[in-house]
Amino acid sequence: MDVIERIKGTLAGHPIVLFMKGTPQFPMCGFSSRTAQALKAVGADFHSVNVLEDPEVRANLPRYSNWPTFPQLFIHGELIGGCDITLELYESGELERLVQDARKA
Amino acid sequence: MSARVDSIRERLTVALAPLELAIEDESHRHAGHAGARDGRGHFRVRVVSAAFRGQLPLARHRAVYAALGELMQTDIHALAIDARAPEEG
Repeated sequence: MDVIERIKGTLAGHPIVLFMKGTPQFPMCGFSSRTAQALKAVGADFHSVNVLEDPEVRANLPRYSNWPTFPQLFIHGELIGGCDITLELYESGELERLVQDARKA
Repeated sequence: MSARVDSIRERLTVALAPLELAIEDESHRHAGHAGARDGRGHFRVRVVSAAFRGQLPLARHRAVYAALGELMQTDIHALAIDARAPEEG
């Protein structure tokens, strides 16, 4: 399957998706680690994609999302941001609200 | 002052006319990690610009990435961004 179709399929299949380096249990990058920690801290049930094991997604997601770096957090198919934005949202309490809304929808 | 920091400063200055601009090269703090093997650097920028008025964080970060253009592929591995409008301090 075309990589863009695969990305769309992943986003359609899960309300919250984190494209990251490594896994939430074994993150391979500090930024990915902090983003996954913030999601866990608000009790988010999220799907993660390890881009280090999927070079095609790693190469093509930045163009699809218009965002050059990883991690990338999506809620309902929409890019929320990378590490800095996710942590800002976490600190303001907004991340918890987004995660709760994603669960209801 | 490294050439990379100079390039970043120039791009951001031209694109965003910042009132305040601070760039830190944090590459040394990541020297051992897997992502640093390609030789690109880790940087942190703080940009205060009127261009950010009325923009959400996502749009501000995209504006910073757009200003840096191909440096994101050639020179920058990771970038921490603090983007604020002037009244946000």
